[in-house]
Amino acid sequence: MTRRAWPLAFGLRPLGLLATGLATLVVGLLGSATTFTQAGADRSRAPGLGPAPQLKIPPIQKRALANGLPVWIVEQHEVPLVQVNLVIHTGSGDDPANAFGLASFTAAMLDEGAGTRSALQIADEVEFLGAALGSTSSFDSSAVRLNTPVRQLRPALALMADVALRPTFPAAEVERLRQERLTALLQAKDDASAVAPLAFARAVFGPAHRYGTAATGSEATLKAMTAAQMRAFHAARYRPANAMLIVAGDVTAAAVLPQLEAAFGAWPMAPPAPRTAVPSAQQLTAGQVTIVDMPSAEQSQIRIGWVGVPRSSPDYFPLIVLNTILGGSFTSRLNQNLREEHGYSYGASSRFDMRLSAGAFQAGAGVQTDKTADALREFFKELKGIAAPVSEAELAKAKNYVALSFPSEFETITDLAAHLEEMAVYKLPDTYFSQYIANVQAVTAAAVQKAAASYIQPEKFAVVVVGDRKAIEPGVSALNLAPLRTLSVDEVLP
Amino acid sequence: MRASDRPPEGRAIKHCPIVLALVLLPIALAAQSGTTPPRLEVPYRQFQLANGLNVILHRDTSVPIVAVNVWYHVGSANERPGRTGFAHLFEHLMFEGSQHVKEGEFDTLLEAAGGNNNGSTSNDRTNYVVDVPANALELALFLESDRMAYLLDTMSPERVNGQRDVVKNERRQSYENRPYGMASIELDKMLWPAGHPYSWPTIGHMEDLTAASHEDVVQFFKKYYAPNNASLVIAGDIDFDRTRALVEKWFGEVPKGAPVEPIAPPAAMLTAVKRQTMTDRVRLPRLFLGWLTPRVYAPGDAALDVVSSVLAGGKNSRLYKRLIYDTQMAQEVNAYQQSGPLGSSFIIDVTARPGRTMAEIQAAVDEELAKLRQEPPSAREVQRALNQIEASFYRGMQRVGSFGGKADKLNSYFFAGGSPDYFAEDLARYTSLSAVDVQAAVTQWLPQDRRVELIVNPEEKK
Repeated sequence: MTRRAWPLAFGLRPLGLLATGLATLVVGLLGSATTFTQAGADRSRAPGLGPAPQLKIPPIQKRALANGLPVWIVEQHEVPLVQVNLVIHTGSGDDPANAFGLASFTAAMLDEGAGTRSALQIADEVEFLGAALGSTSSFDSSAVRLNTPVRQLRPALALMADVALRPTFPAAEVERLRQERLTALLQAKDDASAVAPLAFARAVFGPAHRYGTAATGSEATLKAMTAAQMRAFHAARYRPANAMLIVAGDVTAAAVLPQLEAAFGAWPMAPPAPRTAVPSAQQLTAGQVTIVDMPSAEQSQIRIGWVGVPRSSPDYFPLIVLNTILGGSFTSRLNQNLREEHGYSYGASSRFDMRLSAGAFQAGAGVQTDKTADALREFFKELKGIAAPVSEAELAKAKNYVALSFPSEFETITDLAAHLEEMAVYKLPDTYFSQYIANVQAVTAAAVQKAAASYIQPEKFAVVVVGDRKAIEPGVSALNLAPLRTLSVDEVLP
Repeated sequence: MRASDRPPEGRAIKHCPIVLALVLLPIALAAQSGTTPPRLEVPYRQFQLANGLNVILHRDTSVPIVAVNVWYHVGSANERPGRTGFAHLFEHLMFEGSQHVKEGEFDTLLEAAGGNNNGSTSNDRTNYVVDVPANALELALFLESDRMAYLLDTMSPERVNGQRDVVKNERRQSYENRPYGMASIELDKMLWPAGHPYSWPTIGHMEDLTAASHEDVVQFFKKYYAPNNASLVIAGDIDFDRTRALVEKWFGEVPKGAPVEPIAPPAAMLTAVKRQTMTDRVRLPRLFLGWLTPRVYAPGDAALDVVSSVLAGGKNSRLYKRLIYDTQMAQEVNAYQQSGPLGSSFIIDVTARPGRTMAEIQAAVDEELAKLRQEPPSAREVQRALNQIEASFYRGMQRVGSFGGKADKLNSYFFAGGSPDYFAEDLARYTSLSAVDVQAAVTQWLPQDRRVELIVNPEEKK
């Protein structure tokens, strides 16, 4: 049993920092320098902190292959491993209106047969190298990611290039994965913590908007999807002009570039299909409450929120600080209230899903069934309360937490590469990571208050509660939050 | 996937499936490519304070952070009847303040310094992790030492009540309200004899959580939370001499406690097949097969990790290929050795596809196990598993903090009675194995006629 699995799992921190180009970041100052004497410990007050350490991040070496494929390399020689991520600027946001799930299914099929190898051969060879090779996609991007012992880089890259560039989409493997995905959808119906985010997305974005349906699609779209569609999607969007390589680990640029050229250099330069942005969702204008019935559930899974902001929001930093105060840290107001003060929950949190288009703002928790209405009341108390000015002490704590914990996000080459992916996918400026801490520290209480007024308007929020309807409906209804409807799990996940 | 998705309070932590999931390459691959990766080495300094606190320091300056990692050598195995779940409830109370740290300050001081913290409880130990920027090391030591020395000074029945409610909700979230969540509790009850400390769940029974009192907290702290029953690892961007001086300054005054007597568990052995079924709010049935296996680091333990990989690690593994890839009668299969100092268990679980029966699935599993008893796996199957394990060791060397980072592993090896820097030896336990060792482990430890069979069926539609 861990102390706080849930808030971490719910996740909220932004991706962290990285210096591009050069190198050193002062992580900020806190408190005064301490002297280290040997005398008995003075416990009358907490020890002060010395100057915050500088984080040295090796520079990003930006190169390109002959076919134009950009390559970013960060040398990190701590362990004899290397991470190579091929990022493709396509994702579920590019799914056709009648084929939600296509980008996800396509990405999942890449290692199910590629070049001259079968799915089993690919898996065998990758594992034999001691490597990990996976393909995945999100709403905004797709990626093939390799982590390998550096001395196996050459054969591992050959496998990776086959998987990324020459997938074969065998009919039998498509069928197998289709059944696997359909069964996973069925299993999701057993789990309140899986149903809640899907029901919430549907309530906020509706069935027509792409963000209203899981990235993997629905039962109907999964059943209809064909290998031909996947081949066409791959051919149109997996192109060098639409992609880039990120390399982090125990290599030098000079040594790795020829290997990358050998693996990816033959990828033809043809232009990719144009990308249409996911349209901004219609904002909610009135509150609504949905109970999804899960008979006999011991807890209710709550999600509350509405349409938030895109990753490109000019209010990014005030929102990060705002959310840290509201529900983005252990000492946040929501967790302190729902968990520490009332004991209704193992943990409560909030977050902004920032995508290329505006994702949701959501607050949530699993709460014991007999405290569902009480918990909702406390949620709304905190969501309304964030409109008032925050104190300097609370502001400073949140800013320091976000800024000073930055270095810990760069321990592994996998973390490092993930930060570089974020930079690439959201087209963040070269100075983004080197300016990150300063940008956090520049957020004022007034900016937080202004962001709260714009983006946290509880009277218009959608509320989704997945729980035992018979037990919770009277109490929820008596709160008079907004018009209430009840649905079955099958209605939410048709 | 080899590692199970069991919640972290299980004995699995001991043996960190996460580390295993990560590994990879030396000896075998060396033959292939001509270079050998550097020997795994985590240099450390070790000393003991007069009060018995064991301290291990490791310097790694790659990132300017410090991991402060404390293991108390107490877990749910030390609990008494009627108070199951207490070690874990106590862990929660350790974050609620101590004499010089007001309620809530443990977290606010750390967050304001850019730090993170967590704790976890297993059957055998309780660990606490505090990861801070290097400049906040002394703050972390102040907080850790204050709760080690002065927790009871401000402990109150109200604090116990508050965390009791939180822990009950943790249980609801991770067990009652999680599909198949109650099965692991049932499985341990079937595997271990009544009275064996691994037979009850670390999360505890609800009625025992209700019964836990402030007086229990006082007694438990006095008995188990003494420095001589703990070990402290500090790893990261540190200066050895200054860190040692700070440890002496902050921890030197913590009073020594009485020695803790070792646990004497009843013998555990399965002599026949034990079968049981239960129901859950799920749509698909799941089969669990369980065996009692050698304790952590004993002969057979590492081989069974490799068995888990041969059975269910990747598309070509025996059970995955048969059940999920070829016949597609199952949606999911896991096999894992959960290793502990008082004994281990080996579990296989399989979730059926709609329309498929537990009987046909169990028959297929038994056929695959029988094949492994009759004939060793191929050299390539074993090497594939070993290469994965070796890589995961190297991947694990990147992180100093959090659960499973270097600080936590140093404490884990120390707790097991060996050198804190046991990384290379631990890896060698695997790389020295042959296909015949893997076959022998299946034959000796996974017999068909002495095991536990638990089936979770969907509840009848009302």
